Formats: sequence, structure tokens, C-alpha cells
Amino acid sequence: MRKVRLRYAKRERLRFMSHRDVARAFERALRRGGVPMAYSQGFSPHPRVSWVGAAPTGAASEAEYVEVQLAERVPAAVLRSELNRALPAGLDILDAVEAGPGVLAHRIDVSLWVIELPGVSPLALASAAASLWAEDRAEVERLTKNGRVLMDVRPALLGLSAGQAGWGVPIVSPLTMGDARDDGLPGGAGRPVAAEVPPGHDHGAAQGGAVVSDDRVDDRRRGAPPCGILAAVVRQATPTVRPDDVLGALRVVAGLEPPVPAKATRMAQGTLDDDGCIVDPLAADRTVANEATGPTPVEADGRFDASSRDIACAGAESTPTPGR
Amino acid sequence: MSTRSVFPELEQLLPRVSKPVQYVGGELNSTTKDWEATEVRWALMYPDAYEVGLPNQGLMILYEILNEREDVLAERTYSVWPDLEALMREHGVPQFTVDAHRPVGDFDLLGVSFATELGYTNLLTALDLARIPLRADARTEEHPVVVGGGHAAFNPEPIADFLDAVVLGDGEEAVLEITDITRDWKREGSPGGRDELLLRLAETGGVYVPRFYDVEYHADGRIRRVAPNRDRVPFRVFKRTTMDLDQWPYPKQPLVPLAESVHERMSVEIFRGCTRGCRFCQAGMITRPVRERSVEGIGEMVRAGLERTGFEEVGLLSLSSADHSEIAEITKGLADRYEGTNTGLSLPSTRVDAFNVDLANELARNGRRSGLTFAPEGGSERIRRVINKMVSEEDLIRTVTTAYANGWRQVKLYFMCGLPTETDEDVLQIARMAKEVVRAGREASGRRDIRCTISIGGFVPKPHTPFQWAAQCAPEVVDGRLRRLRAEVGGDRSLGRSIGMRYHDGRPSHIEGLLSRGDRRLGPVVERVWRDGGRFDGWSEHFSYQRWVDACATELASTPVDLDWYTTREREEHEVLPWDHLDSGLEKEWLWADWQDALDEREQDDCRWTPCFDCGVCPTMGTDIEIGPTGRTLLPIASVGTGSPVRNPAFSPPDRAGVAPGAASDDGGPA
Repeated sequence: MRKVRLRYAKRERLRFMSHRDVARAFERALRRGGVPMAYSQGFSPHPRVSWVGAAPTGAASEAEYVEVQLAERVPAAVLRSELNRALPAGLDILDAVEAGPGVLAHRIDVSLWVIELPGVSPLALASAAASLWAEDRAEVERLTKNGRVLMDVRPALLGLSAGQAGWGVPIVSPLTMGDARDDGLPGGAGRPVAAEVPPGHDHGAAQGGAVVSDDRVDDRRRGAPPCGILAAVVRQATPTVRPDDVLGALRVVAGLEPPVPAKATRMAQGTLDDDGCIVDPLAADRTVANEATGPTPVEADGRFDASSRDIACAGAESTPTPGR
Repeated sequence: MSTRSVFPELEQLLPRVSKPVQYVGGELNSTTKDWEATEVRWALMYPDAYEVGLPNQGLMILYEILNEREDVLAERTYSVWPDLEALMREHGVPQFTVDAHRPVGDFDLLGVSFATELGYTNLLTALDLARIPLRADARTEEHPVVVGGGHAAFNPEPIADFLDAVVLGDGEEAVLEITDITRDWKREGSPGGRDELLLRLAETGGVYVPRFYDVEYHADGRIRRVAPNRDRVPFRVFKRTTMDLDQWPYPKQPLVPLAESVHERMSVEIFRGCTRGCRFCQAGMITRPVRERSVEGIGEMVRAGLERTGFEEVGLLSLSSADHSEIAEITKGLADRYEGTNTGLSLPSTRVDAFNVDLANELARNGRRSGLTFAPEGGSERIRRVINKMVSEEDLIRTVTTAYANGWRQVKLYFMCGLPTETDEDVLQIARMAKEVVRAGREASGRRDIRCTISIGGFVPKPHTPFQWAAQCAPEVVDGRLRRLRAEVGGDRSLGRSIGMRYHDGRPSHIEGLLSRGDRRLGPVVERVWRDGGRFDGWSEHFSYQRWVDACATELASTPVDLDWYTTREREEHEVLPWDHLDSGLEKEWLWADWQDALDEREQDDCRWTPCFDCGVCPTMGTDIEIGPTGRTLLPIASVGTGSPVRNPAFSPPDRAGVAPGAASDDGGPA
């Protein structure tokens, strides 16, 4: 019995899929692709697929994780390419690694979200973000099965940064580096953080604290409608703080009301290391797999994409945080 | 006319509505084409929610047939829920297709498939959102030609004001002919405008253009006559019949939605038509004769469909699937082929017959034997003779006993209430039958946890059936009988605990009855209901009986007719019925004779096994029964993939000898 861990993206219009929709499409793709799936026993056997969390309906993601159990050994790279042929465009497998020891879910407890806010000026956004950062509590209302509940968003916020669409660089400080451990693998630990953003995003970075630097948030693209960008590092707690809750907190704290719905994308998930960088949850498996078999063909081809790699940094070398 | 995608505007609204994924398109096997590169463009609509409309086979078939033509483009559109409708109005977003999100108003033709009359108000919402005038006579060359189809279109008169044209029967060939006529007319520079195009369609005899016919009434409200009001228009319009289903293996690439739908499976139509002759069944009457798809044709559609969809279940679809002349070969062949691939097979419509239990056992040989469904339709033997559903009590008990003995835990029984000549006694008999089923089932299975669910629908008399003359049972009477039935079921605590009962109140059926046998005087009623907020009338949470009652009172005030006149009134033999000029092939004399037989509790055999009884369809339509047995077999496929019905060479090392783990588990039956 073989386990493969996958990182996948949910992009563009497919971001409106719910997790159930994604799961259904994924299972059908496994069948269409002829993947030799392992099935559960019993009256109604199900393919053995384990999901690790799920981006909310309406939110895009570049970093969702799922684990599949196969009836026989299949090279991870073959699984990735065959699955991508069977999946609808927009649900894209970005990474596939044979599972090593350990539990994948234990390697995921923070998310980096990048939220585009068309029509919101970057300056206003930065100031709202700074206000939120300065608060100790930020309660938003959430509609649940049991009615309305109040949820404090602030404790889950580990980093917040505001910027502007149309930039290739983050607003406040240069991209940071994680720790310098270089295992020699492309995209191994120690690569630049969150350096790439999905189509439609020009900018993404996680910064410790809300930082505003006026000289870099003016509208460099004259004539373009303003579009603020918010990057947030959020700890995954129960209940999960979603991008909508972060926006809700900005509304509550600073009265920020986006004129059109914001577009959120999860850029990375993982654990925070000592330097505040997000560690790729598949890095450990990749190390084990490479020790066992050497680099997989995909890596040898260099067909990795930088965005799929590894660590996003939430703090290292950041500018001091106002108010903290 | 050029066009553009409205997706950028729509996208802003989607985060604010429920289940936004239903509006984004992107279904597997969907098609988008270059607008400018095509000559004739169809928008195809199913006037209900996406989750209901997407799996509709009819629309899927036409979509694929049209898109196979290089110069034709077809896209799909469905009813939007009221939350999105309100936002679309607020932000000026028009009714759109889900394929390329083009405005429906930009297409040449809008084809709408009506499975039920309760979709009529949704047609008006879509027209209005598309900025197409509601009334056909107010439309110009700028607007699409609105073409109705589907079973409800066999009496389109209540929505005649809103439709430009109607096609009766099978659409495969009809849409291509309409396409050709439209293309030629456009190429010639649209001579004579919209009127000329509609005339060219009408003169084929296979397309009904309501506005080319005038209806005259007697003073008492009955119809005096319906006649064409211009040359080139025939007196009668005939239904279309697609022969040789093997020539039409559609859908070849079934659509797989991103959103959840009501049928999470793939369907293969194994035959079309039914001559069982159940007198309440409009589908069986209007789809004659029986035309079977061959064993090989079915096998190939299942294989290709599974490869292209990834569905876990295949439904072998028809009006009475176990009646295929080679059904045993089909089920065994498919069950063998897909053993070990976690692929389910199902027969959605089965008769009460022990043979069907054998088939079901075969299909469920690897899986769980959860529930079997049978449709005796009537509670007493007497009422079953009236409706020509030939099942004896003895047959039924024997069938369900076999089912329980074979490990099936639950049996579902479908019935109708409000049938012609029905008495309280006929309905109470349903409870007795259910109890007998549970008693026999407990004995046969040796367990007490078996269940029997009875599901009861209100009977609605339909056009082109022997019951088209019948008085519909008043909703209060139906409700009263269901109350008494409920009490009777609950009367025995021990058995009653194992019996579930599902039913609806009789009021939606009353309105369905109004619309199914209505005439053109109901156009203003439909429009009034819609203007008063009527939407999604097939959904109990949206349906308002009072809105329909009030609209009838208002809009029919100046006529001699009313809601009851259309529903609970029995018609006389020679009354001109609103659909008499629409030819389903059934002789009116034969239908009347069959109605008289019903009243005399006389049964009618099936013409597949007994001599022709002259219903009239074959000679009128130039068709013939197409059934086997052909004696051919499914080509065995040695092995399919492990854990998947698809064999992918990328995953198949040559030395692999695969037995799927977890596949051949126990059959779920008790020892």
C-alpha cells in the first residue's frame, strides 16, 4: 500500500467550488485517470483519500493538501501528470511526493493568505491593517449552524501586510530569506519566501506586523484603478479564521468596506519555524523520498514551479512593527 | 450580432449567492466555441435549477449533436435562484449561458425543454432577464426564436403566448432541421423577417407555431375549433420520432458538473418508448413505439462514458428498464465487465416482477443491497385494472419476499392517489399491502429491521392519455384520503414502525393539473403569477398555491371558465381538447375506447407480446417497433483497471497481475 501526498491549487472560477465539490471532482479524476486506488473495505467502499483542511468556498488556493492511498506503487511524478490530465483546468496538482513517516496534518498549522481588494486604495488598506494590528481583540460575527457567534480574529493573526496590485515586489521590505540550510534541492528549505504569486496577483508577501511605507504605496500605475493587497499569516485554530473574517475585522476595527467582493488566495500552508518562516509540509517527505530513490524525474527536469516551493516567511528581517 | 462574456460582472455577484459554483460552467466535456466562426447559435435552457437541469439527458443530447456541427454553436442556460436574480436585476446582468457566459438574448434560437408544467414561470424569469419580450408577438429579428420542447410541450397552449415555436417528440433530428432552415434564411439575408422564418419552420409540419393558429370558443367556454390563420401552415402538427437508437449514441461525452446535482451518475438510455399501456402515463403514450438500443450499443456507451466521466454509477435508463428484450444479457455482461472496479449499475425504473429481483441481485453482486423500488401505483387490484397496471397482490408479495430473502433490507413502493374511479377503500388498501409486505419480509428474511417505504404522489390527468377526459380529484379529497391512510398505517404499532410514508399535499398537483390540460386563456394567469413573484413552482419552499388561485380568479374573471373547470371537470367524448391539433400519433378514438375500458376495469395487453391493438402511432408516424432479441453479446473486455473502470497504460506495468483490494467484498446479504 503506497501513500502519495499532493499539493494542489484551486484557481480562478473554480475557487467557487466547495470542498465537497473539490472532493467529488478529485475522486472522479482518479477514476478517469485509471489511478490504481486503494479502497476502504465494507458495504460501500470508498477510495482512500484524506484531505487536510480545505480552502473555503470562494477562496482560491495555491497550497491545498491531500493524501491518497494506492493499491500499488506508482511514481509520484506519473501520478501528478496523469491526474492533471484528468482534472479540470483550475484544479491543478502542483506537487506530488511519496509519503514518508509522520502525519501530514501535524505539519500544517498556519496559512499565508493574499487578499486582493479592487477599489480599495492601498493607503487606506495599510492604515486599516495597522489599526487592526494594534488591537488586542477584534471580534467578528460568524454565522454558524448554531446561529450567530462572536469570534476574536486577532489572536490567530501572526502577520499582516498591505500593498498594492501591480507591483513585483512587496511593499515594505525586501523578500526575506529563511534559514540558510540548503540541502541542495531546488526549492528545498531555505528558498526565498512566497516569491511567486498566481496569475492575477502581482504581489505577495507575509510580513511580521502591519507595516506602511508611504513612498511605496502611492499609485505607480497612473490611471489604473486602485487595488489594495493584503497579506495575512493566520494560525489555524478552531474555529478557523478565514479571509472573510480578517476582512470582517478590518470592517469592525477600521470601517473598511470594500466596494466589490475581495478575492482571497491561500499562498502557503505549513508550520512556522523558529525564524517565523512557513515550512513546506512536504519537505520532510521529499527528503526521505530523495534519500531513497534520488531526485524524481520531475525535479531532474527542473519542472518545478517556484511558487510551489516551500517556505513563506512571516517575520524574519521584517521592519519593526508599529505599535508592537 | 457580436457578443461578449458577462462573467466579469457576474463574478462580482457570486460571492454573495448560495452555491456559486453552479453558475461558473467549466463542466467536464462542455464545449465553448468561437462565436464569430459559427452561423447558427442555440442557447439551450432547462427551466429549473442547475442541479436539476444539468443531468437532463434531452438537453445534453441536443447540446452535443448541435456542437458536433462545425458551423453551429450551442450553449446551456438554467434558471438562476432568486438570490442571484435579485442581484442580476440590481446590477444589470442579463440571463447568461454557463458555457461562455454570453447573454442569452444574443443567440439566434433559445430552446427550452419542459419536463413539467411547473417550470413555466421560470421561463418568464429567463426571458425577462434576457431582455427578450415575454410575448412572442412583441419580438423582432433582434430577439432569439424561442422554441419549446419536452413532454410538457405536447400541450404548450398555456404558454403559447410566450413561445415562438414548439417541437413535439424526439429532438435529435428536429434541432438539425431547424438549424438548417435558420441558416438558409440568415444566408439569404433574413427575407420576410421573423415571420418568414417561422413560416418556413411551420410548413415542415413538424414545428408548431402557436401564433399561426386561432382558437375559437363556445359561449360555455369549451373550444369550438383551432385552425391555422394563414396559408402554408398545416392543420395538424406531427410529433418527431428518432428511429434506430444505435445511430444516435448520445450523449457520447456526458457532462460532469463541478457542482453537486440530483443525479450523481451517468445515464445510458437503453430504449425509448413504452407500450405497457399504463393509462395515467403520458410518457408511455407519447413516446411510442418502443425502440431498443442494441446490447453492443449499450456496452459501448457505458465504456466510453465511464472513461470520459469518472462516474461511479451507471443508470440504465428507460421508462421500464427490465423490459429490454435482452436485459439479462446486458446486466450480466456489464456486471462481469466492471467487477472489482467499484462501479455501480442501476435500473431506475422496474416493474413488480420477481425477474427484476434477479436483475437487481446481479447488479448489486459486489455491493450493498440497500433498497429496491417497485411501482404498483394503485393500492387495490380493482384500481390497478383501471390504470392498466397489471400486478396482482400475489405477484407483489412474491416479488418483495424474494427481495427480502435475497438480503435487500428496504423496499420502496410507489403509489398514486386521486386516480379516476378511486374510493377511500382503494387508498386504504395501500396500508394493508404495506403491512403484508413487512410481515412477509420479516418471515422471509428472519429479521425485524427490514423496512417498507410507501411513496404517494397525486394523480394529474395528462393530455394524450386515456385519462385526458377524466375529472381530476379535488385536492381536499386527496388530502383526506392520505390522512386516513396515514392513520391506517400507524394503526398497527408493530408493523407500522417498519413502514415509512412519503407524500405531498394535493395542492401542487391541482396547479399542475390546471396547466397540463389548460388552454391559451391561461397565458395571462401564468404571467400574473410570475409578476406576483412566482418562481420555481416545482419546489415546495417556493410554490404558493394561493398565488395561483388568486391569479386564476383575477385573470379568468371575464371568461366563463375557472380553476375547477380546467381540473375537476370531466370532459365529454367530442369536446375539442386544446391539444387536438397536436398529433402524438395516438388515435383519439382509440384513447376514448381505452378510457371506456378503464371505467369498465378492463385491461389492455402490451403490443410487444400480443397483436397490435391499433393505438394508431405506427401507421400515422410511419414507425415500427424496434426490439430484439438480437442474439448478440457484449464483447468481453478481459480486464479493466484496478480500483477504476479505466485502464491507463501509464499505471499498467506489463507484469502486473491485479486483483483490486477491497473490491470483491462480501455481498452484504445476511447468511
